[in-house]
Amino acid sequence: MTKLVGRILTWVLIVGWLSFALGPYVWMFLTSVKPKSEIYSLPFHYFPKHWTFASYHALFTSTPFIQYVFHSLIVAAFTALCTLLLAIPAGFSFSRHRFRGKGIALAMLISSQFFPSILLILGIFPLMKEFGLINHLTGLIVIYTAFVTPFTIWLIKGFFDGIPREIDEAAMIDGCNQFQVIRHVLLPLLSSGIVAASAYIVIFSWNEFLFALTFASNSNVMTIPVGLDNFIGNFNINWGILTAGGVVSAIPILIFFLVVQRRLISGLTTGAVKS
Amino acid sequence: MSLPNLSYLKNQTRKNKFGPIWYIIPSTIVVAGVIGYPVIHAVILSFYNYNPLSSSLTFVGIANYVNIFGDSVFHQAILHSVIWTLGVVFFQLIFGLIGAVILNQSFKGRSVVRGLVLIPWATPSVLAALIWMWILDDNYGVLNHLLTQVGLSSLAQAWFSQSVTALPSLMLIDLWQGIPFFAVMLLAAMQSISGDLVEAAKLDGANAFRTFWSIKFPIILPTVLITTMLRIIWTASYADLILIVTQGGPGYASLTIPADAYFTAYSDLNYGGATAMAVVQAVVLFIVVIWYLRLISKQGILEQ
Repeated sequence: MTKLVGRILTWVLIVGWLSFALGPYVWMFLTSVKPKSEIYSLPFHYFPKHWTFASYHALFTSTPFIQYVFHSLIVAAFTALCTLLLAIPAGFSFSRHRFRGKGIALAMLISSQFFPSILLILGIFPLMKEFGLINHLTGLIVIYTAFVTPFTIWLIKGFFDGIPREIDEAAMIDGCNQFQVIRHVLLPLLSSGIVAASAYIVIFSWNEFLFALTFASNSNVMTIPVGLDNFIGNFNINWGILTAGGVVSAIPILIFFLVVQRRLISGLTTGAVKS
Repeated sequence: MSLPNLSYLKNQTRKNKFGPIWYIIPSTIVVAGVIGYPVIHAVILSFYNYNPLSSSLTFVGIANYVNIFGDSVFHQAILHSVIWTLGVVFFQLIFGLIGAVILNQSFKGRSVVRGLVLIPWATPSVLAALIWMWILDDNYGVLNHLLTQVGLSSLAQAWFSQSVTALPSLMLIDLWQGIPFFAVMLLAAMQSISGDLVEAAKLDGANAFRTFWSIKFPIILPTVLITTMLRIIWTASYADLILIVTQGGPGYASLTIPADAYFTAYSDLNYGGATAMAVVQAVVLFIVVIWYLRLISKQGILEQ
């Protein structure tokens, strides 16, 4: 009897939590497929009487949204590429080599994550100006790469730690040098970890707002978050277009996230839980 | 086990002139150049008057610090930062703990539920702001409508444009985004608890609450404390929602230190004052973190 009550209680809580977590998304979607007359109609109705994709059509034809998507894709792809090129060797070294100052080096990398972002923004701004990187996608890629590299190293180090050293040794005995071991033996074993690390990088750069607002606020380089922020200010306030933009920007990242979340979360939690 | 490992390492350094340093140098240079150097640069700028438009620079000593501490708006920002950080982290911890307990039950579709409740955490801040601005809209928002329907129309209000409700409404958005992170971290810690321990407690007649408080909670406590610290650091610096939704208003009712610094730099063009605010924030956080770490290491909680 108590078991049954416990079970029912658990499900009530789960349903409540799911509604709080996902209800806002459902509401955004429903708004995006309503005709304008229904969005602002009183009495209120929750479900659209007439489904329409007019808001999506307006989003793609009367706003530069598709360009923002394109900018976001470029930034995310290059940030992921640059970060992995930096972080895979470093992660390998932190996992496999022994050298003096390793602990300190790792601690300093991680502590770079704790500076308030406003302090970084104020400090980077004059530099970006000097190098002519303001309103330039390269500037964003450089900043994002530096910002996500430490945690990516941490993730990848953890994934390398999970591969027994005996495997490297066996490959070395078979005549591989260190690069061949990494390239042909370890990386294939690490592929799901690399996907998880890329997911972290892509989600970060797809979502990031404050750096993008400060360093890429011009329409030729705007990424989705700054673009949406602009829409909030400018369309004062066309909720059909805004929610359509929200749905389009959320879909790719959420699908990606749901696919890799298990691996990403296990990488994220091992470090902190073992501490 | 350890002996062959050592010989392997020796072998490797002999065969390969390419030492560990070359694997680490590139990433270290990038992080030091793009994060380390700017932090130092910002600290230096806080002693200057700097105009971001003309790049003119004059040394003013500690004048920027004197000015911000005499500024009543900054005093409000400090108070709001404290409310914002402690309030958000406290409720995230409570609900995250409840969430972790729920997800730790065995039920059908658990991994699907875990993935779905994490979605707010992967949501861009702009999107979270946009969704909740629409839900909390004065005239067409679904929350005010629901309140009216259940007979609480007196509670329906302009959530973001009144000074009493602006900051709490922003905190609600942050709770929505942040609870899953806590829940998942704590869940991972709970799943590391061996089943035998819990079984033994149950055999001794402990009920579910007692098992939780006496057996599970002490084991997950280090994770609770570390996660709380990470969240405090992160939440204190998080200004996206405030910049997007209220710009610190109405008046200064939802202005926190990072938001104040942002507007001071880029709207008032008082770059020195802004960097001074950011430095104050960083120093205070640093002191809090050190104090917190010393406190918990004195208790010996982390050494288990």
